[in-house]
Amino acid sequence: MRDAVLIKIEPRPEPSRVMRYCSPLLAALLMLISGLIIFTLLGKNPVEAFHAFFVEPINDFYGLGELCIKASPLMLIGTGLAVGFRASIWNIGAEGQLAIGALCGGAVAVYFNQSSSGFILPAMISAGAVGGMLWASIPALLRTKFNANEILVSLMLNYVAILLLAMLVHGPLRDPDGYGFPQSVLFGESATLPIMIEGTRLHVGVLLSLAGVVAGWVFLEKSFTGYQIRVAGGAGRAATYAGFEYNRLIWIGLLAGGLAAGVAGVMEIAGPIGQLLPSVSPGYGYAAIIVAFVGRLHPGGIFLASLLMALLYLGGESGQMNLDLPSAVTGIFQGLLLFYLLAADFLVNYRIRTKSSQQEGN
Amino acid sequence: MTLTNINIPRLQLEGMTKIYPAVIANESIDMTIAPGEIHAVLGENGAGKSTLMKMIYGVIKPDRGRILWNGEPVDITNPAHARKLGIGMVFQHFSLFETLSVAENISLAMEDYGSLDDLSRRISEVSEEYGLPLDPGRMVHSLSVGIRQRVEILRCLLQQPKLLIMDEPTSVLTPQAVRKMFATLRRLAAEGCSILYISHKLDEIMELCHSATIIRGGKVTGYAVCAEESAASLARMMIGRELPTCSRKRPDVEGQECLRVNRLCKIAADQFGTSLERVSFSVYSGEIVGLAGISGNGQQELLYALSGERPVADRGAITIDGESVGHLNAAQRRELGLGFVPEERLGRGAVPGMSLSDNGILTAHRHGMVRKGLLDFGRAKRFAQKCVTDFTVKCGSVDDLITSLSGGNIQKFITGREILQQPKLLIVSQPTWGVDIGAANIIRQAMIDLRNNGSAVLVVSEELDELFEICDRLLVIARGRVSPSVKVEKTSKEEIGLWMSGMFPGGPVDTNKARELQSEGCCVD
Repeated sequence: MRDAVLIKIEPRPEPSRVMRYCSPLLAALLMLISGLIIFTLLGKNPVEAFHAFFVEPINDFYGLGELCIKASPLMLIGTGLAVGFRASIWNIGAEGQLAIGALCGGAVAVYFNQSSSGFILPAMISAGAVGGMLWASIPALLRTKFNANEILVSLMLNYVAILLLAMLVHGPLRDPDGYGFPQSVLFGESATLPIMIEGTRLHVGVLLSLAGVVAGWVFLEKSFTGYQIRVAGGAGRAATYAGFEYNRLIWIGLLAGGLAAGVAGVMEIAGPIGQLLPSVSPGYGYAAIIVAFVGRLHPGGIFLASLLMALLYLGGESGQMNLDLPSAVTGIFQGLLLFYLLAADFLVNYRIRTKSSQQEGN
Repeated sequence: MTLTNINIPRLQLEGMTKIYPAVIANESIDMTIAPGEIHAVLGENGAGKSTLMKMIYGVIKPDRGRILWNGEPVDITNPAHARKLGIGMVFQHFSLFETLSVAENISLAMEDYGSLDDLSRRISEVSEEYGLPLDPGRMVHSLSVGIRQRVEILRCLLQQPKLLIMDEPTSVLTPQAVRKMFATLRRLAAEGCSILYISHKLDEIMELCHSATIIRGGKVTGYAVCAEESAASLARMMIGRELPTCSRKRPDVEGQECLRVNRLCKIAADQFGTSLERVSFSVYSGEIVGLAGISGNGQQELLYALSGERPVADRGAITIDGESVGHLNAAQRRELGLGFVPEERLGRGAVPGMSLSDNGILTAHRHGMVRKGLLDFGRAKRFAQKCVTDFTVKCGSVDDLITSLSGGNIQKFITGREILQQPKLLIVSQPTWGVDIGAANIIRQAMIDLRNNGSAVLVVSEELDELFEICDRLLVIARGRVSPSVKVEKTSKEEIGLWMSGMFPGGPVDTNKARELQSEGCCVD
């Protein structure tokens, strides 16, 4: 304790509140710098790479529309996950909940393929919401009944959900006239989200996501249940002391994530994709976890973080096309962002002190 | 008192100064302690006593000032260094590792202790000798606050210190045990060990200490020879004005049975907890009932059961106003008029990451702060503001984080929050623990007012003085059993002290055996 230890990590007496909100910005900046270094090492001109990655994707209307439709599921799922994360309920299963939501919504669309009723879209979204929540209720049930770790259960259910979706798209939901390709019929107009701006793919689902973020903000910041969630996450024993029912909050936390992910899944298939495919998400369910944390579990922050994350997706695609970068580049940037965020958060709460071999050691 | 080398002080402090960013904790403090002297350091909470002691013990470095140890200037760099010099300290806030056993914890502070078995044997011996029984094999996390303090005391005694610093050591002892500890301290002093005794209990200081240094606001406001002072004059030096008193006026209030505990049994959650055995008692509206006892005798378990944080299977075992509530959770019981102040402030009575205002909502939300599921933050702020004003909570604003307050101020806020809700039944654990004298009086007065307005109040405290001051009836808990109640005016601290050792009718210690032991001069604990 007193001899060899030269580096000591100790909690800061009062972590800076300002720095808590600056750390996502710092993380984004460091991610950018590291990314440019990587580009340089790969032999690319960093300025060109920066331009291709972060400017080119959004320098026209179409690009901005793409940014919004990528950010839309991220902000919606991120907000839903934040409800659980604030109560220290770690739902890692949004990817699976999204797949089940898409599956349920897609099943409705396939079943009513001939119909042109205006109720089909609402029915799809409702089915997706219910599906996502049902999938999330499995970890909730196991957690509240048997105290099973929701991280493991929700994570493992992702693989079940994705394989289930693939199985059904290969089987009963496959387009009979589709030459055996594993995909459903193309959805009709009544099962597709209307485009808002001509010449883009910007669909009304983005508005729904924004509404979800606002609703999440009201719920988390203004409602009594949101307050209970904050108490449960901040000090579990204080929640028991006040008599808040923790099991109820676990259910709410997991179902909120399932609801958001399920709806986001429907919006993917009823929006940019337009049919059911074996894979409907480029990892939105996982990326939304990063979005939620970069956004400080606050809906406003999550909104901004979702735009950043969407840009990384677009930049990754653009980088692949224009710079011959490998497809892993998006994942690298996501990983860097999370890594720097965690590091910055750690340093906001703790400080590292190097010290001579003999000093306090109580 | 034999003073060896009376010319060379054991410890001399010159101009000790410690400045923190926001506050000067200690400013030019001088102090001298002779060998074998028992010296009191007297001051209110936040006066800077602990900072000074930590500098002596090498936990923090002084910004200015000099420490002379046996006449030699020393630079005490860390607690191990202090221990090597012969300084032992019993902390107010414990410095034990929860996941280690008692013996393992003590071994960490010892240079050379042979094997753990040897050490355990020595621990048992010394603990017997000083009347502080302790099982060396027990894990610290399972120990109550009181027993943990015992571990700290023993850890020091095992090192045969030349200077022993004791920070508020008696709050967890029976009067008999206090007397025994005083005898121990006097014996230590007679053997030449100097003792720095930090306390706010004036009568104890008058009884035990030779001299005193009084600190207020980080500065020395006086030195005193205890024999030449009265408790009142010491208090005046300590708080800078006359000692405020509680209104003793307490009309008889006709009341009905409000809380009834009927043969409550609860098996301890872990093997080191205390099981409750057929606990029965009542608290009537318009009275304050005190529950005395050494901590770790089942108070925590009882309070968890009463508050609803750990409901019991037998719903009729606890009734509030005749309604069975054993199975209800804390919120449901609060709906029936329960208010509760727990022993732990942060993390249980309050949420660390939240503001005062948000912490007010925690239990006061049912008083019009929730409308259609949404919180009325304006109302919450006004409530918190009232709490801050009425209970003189020192804070910048109600938007400050609760963790920015001192322990005493957090206690005032939590107690105030519960009392302002005008509960029909208020249960308070350690209401004035770590609270300065002025604020303690405000809290006590508020409890008395609540009683006079017809509420039932149950106070769980280790401080007998406090219980005797405010209570109508007393109960004692020992090893999970609760004694019959006795009116305050019909008992004495001595009797309650005996009961605290388990010697009460139907108590865990057989009364005949107890009488025998007493005649032999033993203290059963």
